[in-house]
Amino acid sequence: MTTLLNVKDLRAYYGQVQALHGLSFSLNEGSLTTLLGANGAGKTTTLRAICNMVRSTGAIEFDGKPLNNRSTENIVRYGIAHVPQGRGTFTNMTVEENLQLGAITRKDSAGIVSDIERMYAHFPVLKQRHTQQAGTLSGGEQQMLAVARALMLRPRLMLLDEPSFGLAPLVVRDLFGILGKINREDKVSILVVEQNAQLALELADQAYVIETGRIVMSGKAKDIANNEEIRKSYLGY
Amino acid sequence: MELFTNQVLAGIATGAIYACMALAVVMIYQAIDHLNFAQGEMAMFSTFISWQLMQWGVSYWAAFIITLAFSFVAGIAIERILFKPLAKAPVLTNVAGFIALFAIINSSAGLIWDFTIKQYPTPFGSAPFLGSQLISTHQAGMIGVTVLLLLGLYFFFQYTRIGLAMRAAASVPESARLVGINTSWMIALGWGMATAIGSIAGMLIAPVVFLEPNMMGGVLIYGFAAAVLGGLSSPFGAVVGGFLVGVFENLAGTYIPGVGNELKLPIALALIISVLVVKPAGLFGRHIVKRV
Repeated sequence: MTTLLNVKDLRAYYGQVQALHGLSFSLNEGSLTTLLGANGAGKTTTLRAICNMVRSTGAIEFDGKPLNNRSTENIVRYGIAHVPQGRGTFTNMTVEENLQLGAITRKDSAGIVSDIERMYAHFPVLKQRHTQQAGTLSGGEQQMLAVARALMLRPRLMLLDEPSFGLAPLVVRDLFGILGKINREDKVSILVVEQNAQLALELADQAYVIETGRIVMSGKAKDIANNEEIRKSYLGY
Repeated sequence: MELFTNQVLAGIATGAIYACMALAVVMIYQAIDHLNFAQGEMAMFSTFISWQLMQWGVSYWAAFIITLAFSFVAGIAIERILFKPLAKAPVLTNVAGFIALFAIINSSAGLIWDFTIKQYPTPFGSAPFLGSQLISTHQAGMIGVTVLLLLGLYFFFQYTRIGLAMRAAASVPESARLVGINTSWMIALGWGMATAIGSIAGMLIAPVVFLEPNMMGGVLIYGFAAAVLGGLSSPFGAVVGGFLVGVFENLAGTYIPGVGNELKLPIALALIISVLVVKPAGLFGRHIVKRV
């Protein structure tokens, strides 16, 4: 298995405050990896550092190529789709426009049209609402839209920041089912940051646990889920 | 009744110019959240460029097109040189930047072309339009050009990918960058387009107000009034506001005793204040609907 994303000694700063203290992890092509940790552990910062949305040092390699010092909008062109915290919906645009924006860097208009149809097949509710303003969708629908928007890039790697946030448990199950399916069928590697450790561990194959800006635990998701000690001390369930 | 129709039509004609100015102001406001006080001076300078070209023997429409291109590039240059570095600066720094730009452009125009009033040609002539005494061909031309411009802009923003990208960059910059849009260049592009739109307004109104460095002062205030009336967050509102202000200005000047030409400008200012007091978001300003 080849390494798709390799992060070494990542340190990130918000002004004077250091949020990541030399964090290292890697992600294999085709895998579904989860970063777990409590509030403020640095999960979101890690994703933001990968996309150069926060000042950071250290090495970030994607498919063997360094990502450091590339602008956020250029990193997207490598095939990295980032669904930010709060979903990043273009609320005053229609659902369909949101999907088109996901593919704004692509040149193949026929492919874009067929991908929009594919997204409607994945998420039928988006088809029903395709002319509606995205801001009027429910939280769950907006999260579906955010995932669909990210997929419109035809990404190699999808970064998801707390997709379960603010959603009803049933909706979360649904969404995670779809993420698993996308990972298996469309061969999209996924890095998902979660507070809902139980669910994320069920879904993922690899897992890392972050605490105050450092990786404190890593391994197969199954092993971490089965290790009661880790669960109790780091994941709180 | 004929006086009334006449005043309404003339109001629509000048309203078209206010609509262009308001639209230019709103486009930049949407991109960087600041009011461009120098929008009028930029338009005035562009108009002088077109006048100079015509002095050199270039035909009207060729000068018109060259001026549009010049304004577009100049708008981008102003953004890159002056306002991109100020992007994260406090509001007052930006305001100072706009005032500096205003003063620099105004005095440069005076220096190059002096402050005497110049005639500016109209390509439409000033005969009665279609034999009717109600409106002149130039006024009809002002309305026609503006309507074409607005249709073009609507098509651009609604149906082209670059228009979609510009809207996205203006509404949620962070998400726009995350789908791969270079938001910084979208802002520059917005400046270029706004400056070109302003130059159209300048070239259309110059035969009416005559060409001189202070020609756009009043026009810009009406443009601001229009933008505030329609809602600074709504390009559509700015356009509607422009036409409404144009008509309102004329009717007030005609029918309210004692207003006349001298008091027309205070009316625009009174309008700005009333709108801000009664309905701060403007007629079409968005109250963003959001579910969390």
